[in-house]
Amino acid sequence: MPGDPLDPAAAISVRGLAKRYGPSAAVDGLDLDIRRGEIFALLGPNGAGKTTTVEICEGYRSRDGGEVRVLGEDPSVGSRRWRARLGIVLQSGAGDSQLTCRELLRAQGEYYPDPRDPDEVLELVGLTEKAGARGRSLSGGQRRRLDVALGIVGGPELLFLDEPTTGFDPEARRHFWSLIRSLRDLGTTMLLTTHYLDEAEALADRVAVIARGRLMEVAVPAALGGRGTAPAVVRWTEDGARRSAETPTPTAFVRELAGRFPGEIPDLAVSRPTLEDVYLQMIGERS
Amino acid sequence: MTAPLPSPIRVSRVRAGVELKEFFRQREAVVFTLFFPVMLLVVFGAVLNYDIGHGVSFTQYFMAGIIAAGILGAGLQNMAIGIATERSDGTLKGLAGTPMPKSAYFLGKVAQVLAVTLLIEVLLLLIGGLLYGVSLPSGPEWLTFAWVTLLGSAACTLLGIALSSVARNGRSASATVTPVALVLEFISGVFFRFDQLPHWMQGIASVFPLKWMAQGLRSVFLPDALAAQEPAHSWELGRVALVLGIWCVVGLLLCARTFRWRDRADG
Repeated sequence: MPGDPLDPAAAISVRGLAKRYGPSAAVDGLDLDIRRGEIFALLGPNGAGKTTTVEICEGYRSRDGGEVRVLGEDPSVGSRRWRARLGIVLQSGAGDSQLTCRELLRAQGEYYPDPRDPDEVLELVGLTEKAGARGRSLSGGQRRRLDVALGIVGGPELLFLDEPTTGFDPEARRHFWSLIRSLRDLGTTMLLTTHYLDEAEALADRVAVIARGRLMEVAVPAALGGRGTAPAVVRWTEDGARRSAETPTPTAFVRELAGRFPGEIPDLAVSRPTLEDVYLQMIGERS
Repeated sequence: MTAPLPSPIRVSRVRAGVELKEFFRQREAVVFTLFFPVMLLVVFGAVLNYDIGHGVSFTQYFMAGIIAAGILGAGLQNMAIGIATERSDGTLKGLAGTPMPKSAYFLGKVAQVLAVTLLIEVLLLLIGGLLYGVSLPSGPEWLTFAWVTLLGSAACTLLGIALSSVARNGRSASATVTPVALVLEFISGVFFRFDQLPHWMQGIASVFPLKWMAQGLRSVFLPDALAAQEPAHSWELGRVALVLGIWCVVGLLLCARTFRWRDRADG
């Protein structure tokens, strides 16, 4: 991908993106292609350049170098018509309002050429009972769902989700994930930034890891960092001591091990690196 | 995706509706901006009804000042605090990410200011007229009343929008703007007769719009004989228009240079 021309068919295509704040480079030669219809997760520690990259794609920030196309347009000169094809769920949320959820969605829909029905959107995010409640009276999780509702009421082709489930309890997160999947089924492309690796693994078609302003790798979650082909670790107890061995052929290893024990192999466990393991290794923070 | 984009006029109407609901549903804003001047009129009208010459009571004089203060509150304080709040809580950034025309946001604010200002004026005129026998403007005085309101309101609104960028958030905007407005009210001939203030105070007040709004409105509420009491021995309506016009231009330039859709902490 680096050195290739911009991909005109991609939802987002980035080449050599650079952004400096004073003397330090926040983004330093980043390349990225996000296909139409996919859920793409951007992972990385705080300060890695995630939010800067996303906000350049959203048209909020200018860039110092490189080429960016979002839905075929340069975000730095994005037109109203271009904006109408995007949905943005900001990390900071949509703010306090005295308007009810339904009023907020109806007003927001008026900015778009072909908005979704406010009540359908409320249903989709599970806020139907709160349709008549004022924005500022909602709980943290409900507010986040309202943020998502405001992001999708315009019927976007491309939806940006910046840490959408921060502060959710596990059940709310599951609900949110099924909402995201149903949006994908409606054909929405999504760029998700998150700190939760399980969320990326559950939702994303592809994940990218960004560190120190550069893209480390792009892969399907199961293959990131060579996870799919990495040696497995087999652990068991023998002669009263905990044993472990790394092996590229865990099945053969366990079969051989089984021959040494009359019954069950004590405390047997076979594991491959988790997404978290390869992620931490990639960003250079393996403990 | 061939549906046309909604026109800026249509979106401005939607924004005006949003702004009116946001204002009138927020109790602090309504009490602070709307009922505070009304309360002051009720109290001052009952207490300070002494004769200021030519058989005119101070309440008649105060009517001009409190209306000017109302215009200041609905424009400058309301905008500075409201927009600073919307900037720090992410509302502005959210709007900037939608296809809403930027002009629609400002036209919505203008609609809010005009509606609130008009309501304050109607309430003050009703209470002044019914409760304290204030003689209301008549004939061409309404014209002066209208242009001083419009020009003063425009200057205050633009300055309020500009000031919103100075504050860190709504609370700090309130803490900065409220005392400044109060001091201006004390030295601009709202609570006291302007001609009885020390000269240096008059000089400071003359730089700011409130003094000129109050003076322009005094020409509406006071008999022309009392123009002789003014420091310039005249209502100086030409100068009122000039100073307020200059403040409109200064405010507009400041807005254009300083307005931000994102919080300063947001880079």
